[in-house]
Amino acid sequence: MARGIVVADENRCKGCGLCVAVCPKHILCIADGRFNIKGYRPVEVVDPDSCTGCAACATICPDVVFSVYRYRRLSVPDSAAA
Amino acid sequence: MVRELLEGNAAIAEAAIRAGVDAFFGYPITPQTEVLEHFSRRLPEEGRVFLQAESEIAAINMVYGAACAGARVMTSSSSPGISLMQEGLSYIAASCVPAVVVNVMRGGPGLGNVQPAQGDYFQTVRSAGHGDFHPIVLAPASVQEAIDYVGLAFDLADKYRTVVVVLADGALGQMMEPAELPPFRRTRDPGSRPDWALTGADNRPRRVITSLYLGSDNLERHNLRLQAKLEEIAAHEVRWKSYDVADAELLLVAFGTMGRICQTVIRVMRRRGIAVGLVRPITLWPFPTAVLRHYSAQVQGMLVAELNAGQMAEDVRLAVEGRCSVCSYGRMGGSIPLPDEIVQQLEIFAADIACDSPGKEMMP
Amino acid sequence: MMATPAGYGEKVAAYEHPASLNAVNTHYCPGCTHGIIQRLVAEVLDELGVQGRTIGVASVGCSALMYFYFNVDFASAPHGRAPAMATGIKRVSPDKIVFTYQGDGDLASIGIAEAIHAAARGESITTLFVNNAVYGMTGGQMAPTTLPGQVTTSSPLGRDVRTAGYPIRIAELLATLQGAAYVTRQAVLDVPGIRKTKQAIRVAFGVQMADAGFSLVEVLSTCCTNWHQTPVDAMEWAKRNMIPCYPLGDTKVSEKTRALMEEH
Repeated sequence: MARGIVVADENRCKGCGLCVAVCPKHILCIADGRFNIKGYRPVEVVDPDSCTGCAACATICPDVVFSVYRYRRLSVPDSAAA
Repeated sequence: MVRELLEGNAAIAEAAIRAGVDAFFGYPITPQTEVLEHFSRRLPEEGRVFLQAESEIAAINMVYGAACAGARVMTSSSSPGISLMQEGLSYIAASCVPAVVVNVMRGGPGLGNVQPAQGDYFQTVRSAGHGDFHPIVLAPASVQEAIDYVGLAFDLADKYRTVVVVLADGALGQMMEPAELPPFRRTRDPGSRPDWALTGADNRPRRVITSLYLGSDNLERHNLRLQAKLEEIAAHEVRWKSYDVADAELLLVAFGTMGRICQTVIRVMRRRGIAVGLVRPITLWPFPTAVLRHYSAQVQGMLVAELNAGQMAEDVRLAVEGRCSVCSYGRMGGSIPLPDEIVQQLEIFAADIACDSPGKEMMP
Repeated sequence: MMATPAGYGEKVAAYEHPASLNAVNTHYCPGCTHGIIQRLVAEVLDELGVQGRTIGVASVGCSALMYFYFNVDFASAPHGRAPAMATGIKRVSPDKIVFTYQGDGDLASIGIAEAIHAAARGESITTLFVNNAVYGMTGGQMAPTTLPGQVTTSSPLGRDVRTAGYPIRIAELLATLQGAAYVTRQAVLDVPGIRKTKQAIRVAFGVQMADAGFSLVEVLSTCCTNWHQTPVDAMEWAKRNMIPCYPLGDTKVSEKTRALMEEH
């Protein structure tokens, strides 16, 4: 299950591909055969379930395309579930 | 108010302090270094900002920055240093922020010498930098006028959000004569800078001060705004002084130190029974065009006397539009004529006009 | 609507659009590191809570239109003069945070005197120096930071050190000045580097807030268009070729800066 959620504002994207290269889970790719409002091929989140919320994409993105959210990990209970 | 013996450069600086200058940024150059030195001692005493910059280029850009922040700010320099400042002056004018610049002119072109001259008229009055604009240019001829026009410069700079140049020369900067300093005006409280100034976008939309207008429509619109401002200045701020003009048959036109010499010349001519008057422009921009056009119908000729090769003479010719003879007399290199020299030139000019010779250049 | 995964609780923001940056598309080329660096500056201004009292000074180069992107008061300086303008602003408004943002030509060429003297005076301003070894805006000419042998439009056979000399290392140069309180060279060529750069920018603004002197962050950057490389390749090229010439790390940390760094 996804521990993170990444939201891409694709009309800010210039298709530079830096995010695709740095995503550790390889969940991003540049759209094929479609363009955003500026004429660039925007990034697409192709495997949202694998997102860890690491925000590497947001860290390297020059165009502030990404908003990233994480689920806070709950503390582990004393008796571990079987 | 007390009349004291004051040196021109020091008086200029002190007048700015009385006028409420917040900051001075400058660089040493003869013959105006005393302006910087006076500020270096007095501004810290008054709790205001003084900084000797690393060059005139840096100085004018510090002025530009402080002006954008809404402070009352000034620099001073002399001819070669003013050349370095031309880029900054163009930016300041284009950005519509106020600044006062004093040019204590020296002999040029190039390194020239340190003697008094008026050779920067073209440079300052035509535009003081690249592009379409004119600074307001004030031309004092005495230490008292220098004091008065520094105060006026700050008022005009603030009123029109533009560059005002006080165009003096080395003689004025170095001379000592009795004059009165005005009372202290309050400085602007840092919390009440003008509403266009950069003060931090705290709970308000952010402000940008720039001279960059990409796109020709954009830039033309901006230029039309600048031109409209210049028209307003030209309509309201022309200043000149005239002496013995009511019945004049010949007119001397001169500014600054040369204007002061001509004040003696007309007294000499009148004693000889020759009706010579003097128009001494105070604002070189806006130029007293209408005044000269008026007298061009009355006098037979105008002799324009300058410490240069004939620069203001061109503006006189433009104003007169051929209605009377215009002749130019100039000394350069810091050579200052005695009144007798100009008397001689006037007599030659008068004789030429009598013989119906066209106006011509006269050099020594 | 995704269900919260087992073992996890509330959703928190790991990254959101900085408030100090306007939500507009920039004119920078795809993959241009200006986008990253200006974003880091905005993030730091937000985190330090100084957006409302910050004044930026834009310079001449690809970043000349920076004032469209920041929700901050901005002045626009002539080429190379931003540190002098910033000096003027700061001297008459000492309670404001003033920064300049300059490229190779602006800071290391035409403006090198203004940069050196602002540092020497210990001006309480912060400078971002974007080093991409080339003049971007004007189409890729040689810069003082161009590497020996590097091909540019004004060194078509590669920079020849016999006629064009050697690169200038600004971070080392300014570190010799006593007024410089914090000078560092970082790189935005990968995610760890970007995080370190942000930290350096935070230290630099912290130095200004503590009135501890002049701070400058040199940031090794790319220029995809004028290097004729893809954004990803340009990052790798820069890592391989620029870092050996321009080592990363702090070149000057004054005692006051050290104390500030240890506080946090």
